[in-house]
Amino acid sequence: MTTASAPVPKFQKRPTPARKVNRAIDDRFGTQGAIRRNFNKVFPDHWSFLIGEIALYSFMILLLTGIYLTLFFDPSNVEIIYNGSYVPLKGVEMSRAYASTLDISFDTRAGLVFRQIHHWAALVFVASIIAHMMRVFFTGAFRKPREVNWLIGIVLLMLALVEGFAGYSLPDDLLSGTGLRIAASIAQSIPVIGTWTSFLVFNGEFPGENFIPRLYVVHILLVPGILLALIGAHLGILWHQKHTDFPGPGKTEHNVVGHRVFPVFAVKSGGFFMLTFAVLALLGGLAQINPIWTFGPYDPAKVSSASQPDWYIGFLDGSTRLMPPWEFRGLGHTIPAVLWPTAVLPGVLFTLAALYPFLEAKFTGDKASHNLLQRPREAPTRTAIGAMSLSFYLVLFISGGNDIIAHTFSISLNAMTWAGRIGLIVVPPIAYVVTKRLCISLNERDAEIAHHGIETGIIRQLANGEFVEDHRPKPPPVSDYPQVPTDRIPLPAGAADGAHGKGLAHRAGKAVGGFFTEETEKPAGDAPVGGGSKH
Amino acid sequence: MTTSKASESAASSSAGAAGRPRLVSRRNARRSRSASVRRRRRSSSIVLLLGLLATGVMWTVLAPGGNATETPDANEAVRQGRALFAQGCATCHGLNAQGSSEGPSLIGVGAAAVDFQMSTGRMPLAAPAAQADRKDPLYSETQIDQVEAYIQSLGGGPEDPDLTDADLNDADLAEGGELFLANCAQCHQAAGAGAPLTYGKFAPSLSQATADQVVEAMRTGPESMPVFGPGQINEEEAVAVAAYVRHLQDAPAPGGASIGKYGPVPEGLVAIVIGLGALLGVCLWIGARQKL
Ligand code: HEC
Ligand code: HEC
Ligand code: HEM
Repeated sequence: MTTASAPVPKFQKRPTPARKVNRAIDDRFGTQGAIRRNFNKVFPDHWSFLIGEIALYSFMILLLTGIYLTLFFDPSNVEIIYNGSYVPLKGVEMSRAYASTLDISFDTRAGLVFRQIHHWAALVFVASIIAHMMRVFFTGAFRKPREVNWLIGIVLLMLALVEGFAGYSLPDDLLSGTGLRIAASIAQSIPVIGTWTSFLVFNGEFPGENFIPRLYVVHILLVPGILLALIGAHLGILWHQKHTDFPGPGKTEHNVVGHRVFPVFAVKSGGFFMLTFAVLALLGGLAQINPIWTFGPYDPAKVSSASQPDWYIGFLDGSTRLMPPWEFRGLGHTIPAVLWPTAVLPGVLFTLAALYPFLEAKFTGDKASHNLLQRPREAPTRTAIGAMSLSFYLVLFISGGNDIIAHTFSISLNAMTWAGRIGLIVVPPIAYVVTKRLCISLNERDAEIAHHGIETGIIRQLANGEFVEDHRPKPPPVSDYPQVPTDRIPLPAGAADGAHGKGLAHRAGKAVGGFFTEETEKPAGDAPVGGGSKH
Repeated sequence: MTTSKASESAASSSAGAAGRPRLVSRRNARRSRSASVRRRRRSSSIVLLLGLLATGVMWTVLAPGGNATETPDANEAVRQGRALFAQGCATCHGLNAQGSSEGPSLIGVGAAAVDFQMSTGRMPLAAPAAQADRKDPLYSETQIDQVEAYIQSLGGGPEDPDLTDADLNDADLAEGGELFLANCAQCHQAAGAGAPLTYGKFAPSLSQATADQVVEAMRTGPESMPVFGPGQINEEEAVAVAAYVRHLQDAPAPGGASIGKYGPVPEGLVAIVIGLGALLGVCLWIGARQKL
């Protein structure tokens, strides 16, 4: 036996292949640091910050389903005789674009469901963009330093409308053609350059020769490319500037409190993508959308009553329907009535929306940077302006479907038109005043609670005959993150909800309450533990 | 249909009258001229006789199908129809259907108009309004037939089409669809869902119209709807349109639930309320603050 025994071999864990690859990449490109930094980013959690993600995911689903459709769609104006499996159109002359859309719907495996998911995703995409924009607006997230993201957002919204309209026009059915014809007459109504513009867009007199191939390039390459690039910029800026958050325990202008990107936020986002896909797939599988076969192929001699654009163009349709037929003549030009509601109005609306952050900064004199959001009631004037704009938009939007509403509810169409005209002038100011009052009184209630506590509903009569109501002091603060010192105070509704179940509805109610829960900020320096990320 | 069939039979018999002499003359071409002339005269008079006979036979065969004013049954129908008319319609249309300040003259509107108005429940008109609504018919089919017979006896007019399922199945759907989109969709909407016209008038939904009513509506043009006569849309095309309307009513929606048939407006509503609504619900769920 030798005394010097060989050292016991130390057990060493073999690195997994993934780790090896990671190390190999890191050795060459030094990526590890960046990954670590980005995985450790913190994203605040409030339900309303997820609305932008709906837009993002529905855009991704649009890209995926759109790629499938491009495999079968034939963007061509060439006229052929249809001989597919949809009997009521057999033997009818139509463009190859229309025929191939019929083929996708009836003779391609999963073609119809892809078409339908694609279209539903487009409608939900724009809806979520507008909801997201409302969230950004009403919380003041657009304020310095985020004006650029607001501007990019406006461009994204406009491009989304263009993209949707181009898609709606591609199948060359009766609705598409009717929409394009209106677009052509809008282009022509522009003074001086109108005719030229229309010829340029349509490659000649409407319907133009070989217009569909052009539109196709716009729809599948040009606009999606710009959208993709701008979404990248939008999110890059967001990443760089970090997300805003509502004031709350441990939250300051200089920190972010929430979950790290990896793993919590990433898992939540992955799940959210799946759920978005699920909702759109359910719609696409269960609800019919754009049945082009009932509208028939486009023929300039035909038109269907109740021809509408997709909903996001509806407000322009509405403004056209409300516009009185005033034609302006002079200086050797005729300006048709259609110019004002369809070209001038959206121009003004989008310009005002784009300039809003700068206008607000100018009128309030607030030139400071803000990383903490405001609740809508804390900026009564802004909230009132938002409500006013929304009601203006809603009147236009409803008027866009006024014939169908009139028919469904047996109202005279003329009455609907006049109600729209008057409503457009009367409703927005009312919305402004009511919203502003509401915000101010909500603020007063908050102040009342902060100073006197919460009403208990117990009335006592004093010895001298006077009645007083008992007030209960504010309950102790609660925290989302127990590590974070907190002084958030639940409002009465929140305090009394022991009676409610702990179900989804309850949790949802609590989450919405986040917008409305009184929160006070502790002086800065209260460093958040756990999910804090210092700037 | 009787009027047109009767004239058809007259036409065919005159064609026969014109056609036979030609045959005869070819057969006798080599005979002497005078003989042939004599024969031709005789034969043409025989042909004329035959033709007249054929017309008579066809008339008696075809006539009972419709306006059989001659037969006792038909007379009975007219009498019953007149009685029904006097009870339910004369207050507005006048005792002899000559019209009054309350309603137009019905002389010459034909059985088609009566069948359309009564079988869709529009007549008898309940109360003056912007437009008569479709209602459950007040009269039985036999009663409607009787009033039809009465009105038809007054001044003719377009007849009841009486389409069968076989007629509709044989029709060319594609042609019907083209005609429908070209002539009807501008008021009734491409899927026949209906749409408003001005001042409370409207083109109704075609979801309940029977094939007969579709043809009758085209032939008689109720209220603000134009008349589509046989010159514009012939018999066969009219049946094709009726078949297409039936297709719009019955065909299952290949894409799932057919939400309202109007296209973009209900679709937008569903996208915003159900689609975005559900996803905002998901936001609330995922974004809910957990109490640890
Ligand atoms: C309350 C008055 C009133 C009564 C009762 C009435 N009608 Fe009418 N009818 C009208 C009016 C008004 C019109 C024209 C407007 C319209 O077509 O709705 C009309 C139109 C018609 C027409 C269409 C005429 C055309 O040119 O196509 C027919 C057919 C008709 N009525 C048949 C009848 C019959 C049959 C009855 C009885 C069962 C009847 N009406 C009862 C008022 C009446
Ligand atoms: C100018 C608009 C217009 C056009 C074009 C038009 N209709 Fe009509 N249609 C109407 C109106 C208005 C009524 C309602 C008449 C009434 O209530 O007496 C109607 C009623 C009908 C009805 C009765 C519906 C019911 O359920 O009672 C049918 C069927 C019909 N139309 C078919 C057609 C067909 C088929 C065409 C095309 C060949 C057509 N219409 C073209 C306006 C139109
Ligand atoms: C294609 C459309 C769009 C997509 C995919 C998109 C996506 C996103 C995402 C995922 C976020 C972060 C999460 C959130 O705050 O909701 C965000 C933030 C933001 N978006 Fe958008 N967005 C779009 C359009 C718009 C529009 C139309 C506007 C306004 C005009 C806008 C303005 C902003 C601003 C200012 C932020 C920063 C918010 C903050 O930090 O609080 N975006 N966007």
